[in-house]
Formats: sequence, structure tokens, C-alpha cells
Amino acid sequence: MLSRTANDLFWMSRHMERAENVARILDVTHRMSLLPYAPLQPGQDWAQPWVVPLVITGLVTPFYQTHSELATDNVLKFMVLDASNPSSIYSCIKKSRENGRSQRGAISSEMWECLNDTWLSMKNVSFDSMTASGLGSFFEWVKMRSQLFRGITFGTMLRDEGYRFIRLSTFLERADNTARILDVKYHTLLPSVADVGGAVDYYQWGALLRSVGSFEAYRKVYRAVITPLKVAELLILRDDIPRSLHTCMNEIYELLQELNDDESVEAERLAGEIHSQLHYSRMEKIIAIGLHEYLMQFLQQIAALNGEIDNQFLAPVYQ
Amino acid sequence: MQIQRVSNPMYYDELRDAANQIRPHYQTYADWLAAMPPERIGHKRTEAEMLFHRVGITFAVYGEQDATERLIPFDIVPRIIPPEEWRLLERGLIQRVKTLNMFLHDVYHEQAVFQKGLIPREKVLNNSQYRSVMHGIDVPSNIYAHIAGIDLVRAGAGEFYVLEDNLRVPSGVSYVLENRKVMMRLFPELFATHPVAPVDHYPDLLLENLRAVAPQASSDPTVVLLTAGSFNSAYFEHTFLAQQMGIELVEGQDLFVRDGFVFMRTTRGPKQVDVIYRRIDDDFLDPKAFRPDSMLGVPGLLDVYRNGRVSLANAVGTGVADDKSIYPFVPSLIEFYLGEKPILNNVPTFDLGKKEELHYALAHLAELVVKEVHGSGGYGMLVGPSATASQRAEFRERILASPEKYIAQPTLALSTCPTYVESGIAPRHVDLRPFVLSGKSVTIVPGGLTRVALKEGSLVVNSSQGGGTKDTWVLEH
Repeated sequence: MLSRTANDLFWMSRHMERAENVARILDVTHRMSLLPYAPLQPGQDWAQPWVVPLVITGLVTPFYQTHSELATDNVLKFMVLDASNPSSIYSCIKKSRENGRSQRGAISSEMWECLNDTWLSMKNVSFDSMTASGLGSFFEWVKMRSQLFRGITFGTMLRDEGYRFIRLSTFLERADNTARILDVKYHTLLPSVADVGGAVDYYQWGALLRSVGSFEAYRKVYRAVITPLKVAELLILRDDIPRSLHTCMNEIYELLQELNDDESVEAERLAGEIHSQLHYSRMEKIIAIGLHEYLMQFLQQIAALNGEIDNQFLAPVYQ
Repeated sequence: MQIQRVSNPMYYDELRDAANQIRPHYQTYADWLAAMPPERIGHKRTEAEMLFHRVGITFAVYGEQDATERLIPFDIVPRIIPPEEWRLLERGLIQRVKTLNMFLHDVYHEQAVFQKGLIPREKVLNNSQYRSVMHGIDVPSNIYAHIAGIDLVRAGAGEFYVLEDNLRVPSGVSYVLENRKVMMRLFPELFATHPVAPVDHYPDLLLENLRAVAPQASSDPTVVLLTAGSFNSAYFEHTFLAQQMGIELVEGQDLFVRDGFVFMRTTRGPKQVDVIYRRIDDDFLDPKAFRPDSMLGVPGLLDVYRNGRVSLANAVGTGVADDKSIYPFVPSLIEFYLGEKPILNNVPTFDLGKKEELHYALAHLAELVVKEVHGSGGYGMLVGPSATASQRAEFRERILASPEKYIAQPTLALSTCPTYVESGIAPRHVDLRPFVLSGKSVTIVPGGLTRVALKEGSLVVNSSQGGGTKDTWVLEH
């Protein structure tokens, strides 16, 4: 397969996954913001629920370049509709569709029609239309479109190299996103000590689980109250949770084994290393390292793996 | 739904004869249409538009900032061609394309055509489309124009004329295939009552032809389609054809030359390429050989090509045979190379580089169509009868500045075909572009692309100028 084709397919699905993740984060933030809060003191912007999407996506600085106030509408416009924000839902869907358009020959026509349809609808979304029909139903729509696209891909695409790059980027993006969400919960949203175990804490951890679609799964697995340690265990180490780091690395490692030829093994080796750390780790050990440190290290490793995938497959340099 | 009657004896009506009777090959369709409530036809049209939009069948119009992708209007009323008419066209097209390929081989080898004095030598050798680098180079099977799009129009008495030969990178075939797909989806019942010759094997034929012209050493040749990229006006077609043939769609940046061969960059390292179906012009193919500023091409490609280690379709230098200044000579070329009488007519053409023809043309601008010799796509032309006096005056200045750059032809009374427009179903002017494939033999999928001028009275069918397309049905019996 052409490297450029692989690169376009990789980013097509990655952007779609990102659009879904942004919608999930915004959806949960929206629900959280409906809960009763103690009025914030000046200078406590960081504790405001609407800062969370910006922190998770690393976009606090770009946000303040164009907006002076951390208001709900501003964050929504920035994260959903802003064409100059490369991680806005608008930009993600646009780029996903553009990548797909460049490679129509490499994907099934049903995948293309789904992408094109999603884009044509997204193009017509305005702030007013989004709020008029309810924010919840808009985020639901974005999630559904992403899930529909994934389903159509799964159901119609030839199981060739291109398919593996599509899956690969999906799980890389997802792993990255789950790690960031967890990290932010621990370090930005950490309530005052008095709140631990309290009602606010319960809702916040519940919201986090909902944002990665794992609320019911938590109940089924633990049949217990929601505790931070178990949430972290669920989303890092469990390999039966679709968005956990372990599950993502299982997929990534397997895909790279399939994609590899004899010459190039560095990406596979790196993935194997990250995978084995998750596979053989225990929660106690992670806590001993420190959750934040652990997640930071994981994000760095994922970034290095990305670079290696670029060198090997997506943007090789010959001659 | 009724078809509006506008009889104008100047134009050949594809639907009705001189006695205002429906022609036999349209009868079944006309009866079906008469029984259809207008709302249903209206719905079908909306549905067709939705289908095209969803599938994303678009083209780009150069110079339009915002509309980088636009839908080409599709008309749901088919253009129907009876079998005997098609057989004649087919013979004429094969004859013409064979000749043009022989002419190209001759021009780049023995040049017998000059020795016989059929065409002035300098007319060819000084032509900007003549590629001296091709002189003495043998191409597989002596085929230069593997894919040719020949534009035909039908004038007052129903006779066909060749308006233009397109031998460089003719486009439009994807619409032929997609139009048929949409028509079969919208009106399956019509295909049950009409023996419509199928067209969807075109990609197979094309791939077979491309594989057949691979350099001899390769038994299982790798064929790729070279595109200028997603901003090219025909990009949809490039992706469509690559997908239908199951070949890689490459851009210049994906290819490179090493050790005398062409390779593409793949996820598993370099892979050798044998045949390039290129959809970019000669000028942009190789910055080392042609335009040095081209970012679209592959440095060193031409050397590999000249050494016979990669095949290009169409060959380099075919433009010299479809140039408007060569066009007037084609009928005599047919007699020269094949010893046959031309089956298809040429439109009488004035060479404005000649003094007396220039004088005539300037005196009759209001009746003539004036075109740039090297122009295409309906850009840079004047349609005398529909132009305003000031447009004509402005064009006159342009002609006088460099008359040799222009030719003039009488305004052809393009035939009309019933077409769905705002006021109902009314006659609109059409042309026809069949696609002729040359490989081991010459083949044509029945029909071609019918383009229709949607504006009442307009004779310009180009999609860049507000034209639409129709499905073209060749009846098998």
C-alpha cells in the first residue's frame, strides 16, 4: 500500500475517533455543569467544569488567545464549531472526510457515503441550531456518526493493510484520550479532601466513567461503590473494557505484528514494550509510581510509538 | 408527463421527426413518460440529486474560490441512440482513432506525411504540443492515444460531425458509469422495456488495455493511475477509476526514479511500477524534462520512459494530433493512412493564421464560433450568435493581436434532446463524447457521455459553463 494512502487512512479514522472523544468529554461536562455547585471564588476558573475539555485536549492556551472568558458558550463554540481549532468537532469531521475523499479508492463506498453525509450535516450546524435541538442530542449525534462509521468500516471494508491502519490509529487515539481523561480527573478536578467519597466525588467519577462509556461495565465488574482506585484499574489494566489502555495496547500490538515485515521491527518492539508493562502490572505498583507520573510516561511512550509508525510506514524517507 | 413541443427546423430533434412524429426508438420511453404524473418525475429528480450528492460525484471549477466541489447537473431524461446509428458511429470512431495513432507514429518516426505534402512540416514541428524528445522512440504496439474522447455533434439534417479529438487526458467517463448506475436505480422498469447496451465493463477493458502495453519484461505488470491531486477538476474520476480497476492512485510525490526504473513509496518499501495511466499533462510529468517548476511530476520519469522501462498512457506528445490546427487535416489523413473514405464529417474550419480566412471570419463573427487553437473546456471561446456586440468587439481585438492562435467554425446547429428543466420537459442542445480505447484492438463502450446545455437556446455544453449530463442509451436491437 502507498505510504500516503496509509497515512490518509490513518488520519481519517483518527480524526473521527477524536471527534467522538471530544463529543464524549463535552457531553459529560455538560451534564456535570447541570449539577449544583458552590459558587466559585475569583481565580478558581480551573475548578469550573468547562475548563475540563480544554485541559484534556491541551487547548487552554489557544482558547485564551481568542476568548477572554471561560464561559459555557465560548468553550462550546471553540470545541465544536471553531474551524481554526484543529481539535474541534467541526475540524475533525472535516479532516476525516477530506482524508477519506483523498482515498476513496481505498475504502468502501459505504464508508465514503457515511463520511460525506456526516460532513454535509456538520457543515450546516450552527451554535443556535445545536442549542435549539439540545446539546445532549447533538453530542449523541456525533457519537452515533462515529460509531456508525466504525461499524460500516468493520462490516464492509476489505481486511487489508488499509483496514489495519484504520484500526491502529483508532486505538492510538483512544488510548491517548483515556489516559488524558484519567490524568485530568486526578489533577485538575481533584476536589477538596473533604469531598472524597462525598456526593460530588461520586458524580464526578461517575461522569468520567460515562464519558468513556464504562459506567455500566464498572457496576458489572465490581458490584461496588465507585472508588478512584477501581476506576483507574478499570481504565488502565482491565483488558475487557473497550476503551482501557490495556485493551487499546492489545489491539495496537496485534495490529503492528500483522503489519510488520521482516526488515522493520522497531514500532512492533515499542508497542510490545508498552503492552507488556500494562499486561504484567498491578494497581499497587502504579500507585507507588504515582498515577500522574505513570500516565505521563504512558503518553510519552505512545508519542514515541507514533513517531516510529511514521518512520516505518506512513512517511518513510528513501534514497 | 408531457414533453413540450418546440419545433425549430434549424435543429435536428432527437425525439421527433420532421412530421412531428415520435421517432420509433423513443416511442416506448415517450409512452412511459406520458403515463407518469409530473410529481413523480419531480421526485425522481430530487432523488437523483440526493444520490449524486451523497456519492460525492463532483467536479471542480477553476477560478471559483468557494466552490471547489460542485455537483454536475444530471438530467433524468436519457438520450437514446438506435442500433444502426451507433454502428455507423462506431465504425467512424474506430477509423478516426486508428488514423490518429498512425499519424502520431509517423510524426515521431519516418514522417511520410510530410514527404507526401499532406501537412506542412512546420505546422507539426513548430506546434507547441510536438515533443521532439519522442522522436525515434518506440512505444508498445505503436499505440499513442490509448484513451481517446471524441466530441461529436449532430447538425440540422441529423448528420454527425467530429467537433474535437481529445487525445491527451480526456475525462468524463466516470459520469457515463455513474449516470447509468443512478438511472438503473431510479427507473429499473425502463431497463426492462429497453434493450440498453451495458457500459459498466469499461474499467475492465481499460485495465486490460493498460496491462497490455506494459514493458515486455513484466509478466504481471503493476499499473498505477497518476493524478495531480484532490484539487484537480477531475479528481473524482481519478479515484473512481483507480478504485474500479483496483490499482493504486498515486501522486507525483509517491513515485521516484532509482537505477533506471520507477518505484512507488509503500508501507513495505519501494515497489516497481510498469504502467502509468497518467491524468496530468505532458508539461507536468517530469520537471527535469519539461516544466522545471512542476511539483506534480516525477523527476527523471521521461528518461525511464524513453528507455522503455515504464509505459505511459497516453503517450507523451499525443497533443500534436488533437490540436485544433491539425484537426482540419484529419479527413485527408484517414485517406492517406487507411485508404478509406472518412465516415464521420469534420466541421469546416477557418485557419485565422491565413489572411483571406481571417478576413472572412472577422466579417462574419456573428455567425461563427471562434476558438483558441490550444484552448479546451469552453474557456477562451466566442460563440458569435449569442455574444453581445461588445463581446464580439473585444474578441476581435484578441484575434487581431495574434490571429494564428485562433480558428473559426460555422455555428453548428446542435441537435436537441428532451430535458427536464424548470418549465417542464423541453428540448435542449446536446453533444456526445464516446470513449475509444486502443490496445490490442480498438474498443468502445456503447454510447458515451452526453452533455446538455441546460439554458434555453444555449449551445455551450461544457460543465464549467453550466452544462449538465445525461445517461446515453444505445439500444441493442
